[in-house]
Amino acid sequence: MEITPWEKVKLARMSLRPTGLDYIDRIFDNFLELHGDRYYGDDHAIVGGIASFGDLPVTVIAQQKGRNTKENIMRNFSMPHPEGYRKALRLMKQAEKFHRPIICLIDTPGAFCGIGAEERGQGEAIATNLSEMMLLKTPIISVVISEGGSGGALALGVADRVYMLEHAIYAILSPEGFASILYKDSSKAERAAKEMKLTAQDLQEYGIIDGIIEEPQGGAHNDHDQAASNIKAMLEKELKELINLPIETLLEQRYQKFRGI
Amino acid sequence: MNMNPFKSKKYAISKIYRARPQEIVRPIRDIPEDEKPNVPQGIMTKCPSCGNMIYTKSLCTNYNQCNECGYNFKLSTYERIAIITDKGEFEEFDKSLSTEDPLSFPGYRDKLENTKSKTGMQDGVVTGKGKIDGCPVMLAVMEPAFFMGSMGTVIGEKLTRLFEQATKEGLPVIVFTASGGARMQEGIFSLMQMAKVSAAIAKHSQAGLLYVTVLTDPTTGGVTASFAMLGDIILAEPGALIGFAGPRVIEQTIGQKLPEGFQRSEFLMEHGFVDHIVSRDQLKSTLGMILKLHANTGI
Ligand SMILES: [Zn+2]
Repeated sequence: MEITPWEKVKLARMSLRPTGLDYIDRIFDNFLELHGDRYYGDDHAIVGGIASFGDLPVTVIAQQKGRNTKENIMRNFSMPHPEGYRKALRLMKQAEKFHRPIICLIDTPGAFCGIGAEERGQGEAIATNLSEMMLLKTPIISVVISEGGSGGALALGVADRVYMLEHAIYAILSPEGFASILYKDSSKAERAAKEMKLTAQDLQEYGIIDGIIEEPQGGAHNDHDQAASNIKAMLEKELKELINLPIETLLEQRYQKFRGI
Repeated sequence: MNMNPFKSKKYAISKIYRARPQEIVRPIRDIPEDEKPNVPQGIMTKCPSCGNMIYTKSLCTNYNQCNECGYNFKLSTYERIAIITDKGEFEEFDKSLSTEDPLSFPGYRDKLENTKSKTGMQDGVVTGKGKIDGCPVMLAVMEPAFFMGSMGTVIGEKLTRLFEQATKEGLPVIVFTASGGARMQEGIFSLMQMAKVSAAIAKHSQAGLLYVTVLTDPTTGGVTASFAMLGDIILAEPGALIGFAGPRVIEQTIGQKLPEGFQRSEFLMEHGFVDHIVSRDQLKSTLGMILKLHANTGI
């Protein structure tokens, strides 16, 4: 049965859908969360740390939605502030130092829009991640697990491999925001979802992403374990390839991947 | 406050370049009301900031600045280039590059044709090689009148080529930003331009080359969150709106009015995100000085 883009948007935002930490629990062992950006604070919308993937030490960074309202408030609905992006970059540089691959799980409606975020340089934080990630001398794999919204998602998405879950979405901004800018009517989000081309299938066709990870029947929320194990299978395959590439080749391929878009 | 540099002795002896209004190309004609930049028109122009009535002719010789309050009227891209570069020293790149409408977005092609004929431009940025006070430089100037300076595939591609060429030739890059954000009609392709341009900047920077951004009104969205904020030196025009989210979006999100001066150049400098605020009459000499200071390093 065909699922419409708007239905995918609703699926991707479903509260029963597994979050970053749900996947981290199932895919990695010995996850130790590392907090804070060392400049300002610790942003709960992004979690990060070190873990093992089989025998391989890795750095994992995830945008984290709450599983309920209380958690969502604590996580700011997975809308990071600049310190979240700076924490992510700190952990990525640490990964580079210790030759650990980096895995980013993307799930955000977008970077937070607020006074503090502007005062502390939301634009600068995202921009710095984009340029620094391009030069990191270690493999990076990013997976859009649910919602990939705007520069706030891309700031964890400059990677050697970019995957999306089957029903995930990835776009320049939310369909509601898009509709209110272009049609001056946020209630036309359904139409926007269709015209924006935000599904994993569209993005694969455009060559924006490297592949789609299959979800359990009906969606990832129906079987968290199965969804996690599908991501794990992809990571096993891709990491094996990436860690054997000479760094110069890895970086050149990463550059060309985005250069071609 | 008198902003006219030619009336003061201090500036008269410096090598400030004088705008040559007779040479200025004015490609902007008949722009629809909702896209209309504050371009001086007619014999007298009213300053939207202080209300002063100014002779349009005197505005043009004063870099489109209000001589009462210093308000910056919009400068078109080619006016900007004429003011900044040495006379006859600008060679434009990729002038005919035009978008292929990657999403086949409904209505986009018509709107594009319309904007192209009104602005005389193929998209929202002019790139090329020029000289400032004798120093060779790669230059890009964004055009706020073209889809509100929104960044799509053409802007991304032209800037990427500019940085790649600059890296090859070992030249510095100066980018004048002006943008309402991403080109909605190019969707995910617009988003990816942020990564693409930032990548080219990273390589240029790795080669030890200088990149200067000049933020002009307005610089927001994906442009702020990529190349605008990646300059080794970040300059801004006085009073320019600079931010990631636009003020209206923030007000809607937080449900309150924003304080006076929020997200203006002075606010950004106060919070550590802009190196220096430079008025238009001093831009060329400031850029020339920066370029000279980076031309020959002693060690
Ligand atoms: Zn005025």
